[in-house]
Amino acid sequence: MIVAEAKPVKEILEMVKDYQKVLVIGCKGCVSVCNVGGAKEAAILASTLRIAGKKNGGGVEVGEHTLERQCDPEYVDEVKDMVENYDAVISIACGVGPQFLSERYPHKRVFPGVNTKFMGGAIEHGVWAERCAGCGQCVVHFFGGLCPVARCSKSLFNGPCGGSDSGKCEISKDVDCIWDMIVRKMMAEGRLQELVEFRPPKNWTTARDGGPRKLVREELVK
Amino acid sequence: MNDFQPQIVAFCCSNCASAAAKIADGMKKTLPDNVKIIQVPCTGRIEVLHLLKPFENGADGVYVAGCQDDSCQFISGISKAAKRVAHVKAILEALEIEPDRISLFNLSAAKGNRFVEVAYEMTDRLKELGPTPVKI
Repeated sequence: MIVAEAKPVKEILEMVKDYQKVLVIGCKGCVSVCNVGGAKEAAILASTLRIAGKKNGGGVEVGEHTLERQCDPEYVDEVKDMVENYDAVISIACGVGPQFLSERYPHKRVFPGVNTKFMGGAIEHGVWAERCAGCGQCVVHFFGGLCPVARCSKSLFNGPCGGSDSGKCEISKDVDCIWDMIVRKMMAEGRLQELVEFRPPKNWTTARDGGPRKLVREELVK
Repeated sequence: MNDFQPQIVAFCCSNCASAAAKIADGMKKTLPDNVKIIQVPCTGRIEVLHLLKPFENGADGVYVAGCQDDSCQFISGISKAAKRVAHVKAILEALEIEPDRISLFNLSAAKGNRFVEVAYEMTDRLKELGPTPVKI
């Protein structure tokens, strides 16, 4: 999923300080699963903004609504009547949400209520870790099911660097050296030899290095 | 003489705090009128939103009365509640509202006296802090 975290309350208050009618829009997708942008969190942010509004003399109206997803136009369309009644919108979806809302409702100010962090998963309740860098050409099967692009600080493809120490990365004792894990896993599986097989350099044009990306699937295009 | 009577919402665990309330009742000790009790099956069920809503609706203070850290029959209910109370304190601070307007108290079923004491403690604390700045 796409993992995000809430922006500080003060930052959000500063964003919407000039608006009297604010609509908080949540998303039932990834941000709902990582407990930052679903219906519950929309209600918490809306309540927080109402408390702030009442503390500062009242007159602020805060609405809340949660869409099935904010990354599909048909769902974004759903709120067209609602959006008209507000001066500003706070999207608590990933960075896609506020952009889709801005594109669909160009005359409204749309603010992001969360900071989008990475693509990852929950390694325990309340703890998420990065697992995918979206490089556009998945290679995890070459590396024991572990991704050196997302999980090596240098995205190395050919073994650990000199900063690998006792299974940890030099950037932090809390970060595993993925190359230590890859080598151990391949040894345990008896496939260590596969790591020395020649492979041509990775084509990074499918990653962010190739600029903004777009995917067209002709069989789905109407 | 302070005539201000703070309006307080108290979320009370139905196991320990409510048992303590019964003992307090047996001891003829009564809660102040300004404390409104909401009984919950376990304080672990209390969400951040539940704690914010009283403030949104003009309460001067909120507290959670739950089990001792090591005696929650659902194991971690009170520790979850403690984290959520801490989260709401952080929100109140960000809104420049005194975080002491919300608190968590650890009780046990036998502490009838303490159940009543915390209600007066919160009342006294909120009398010092004054009325909520949230005007409804």
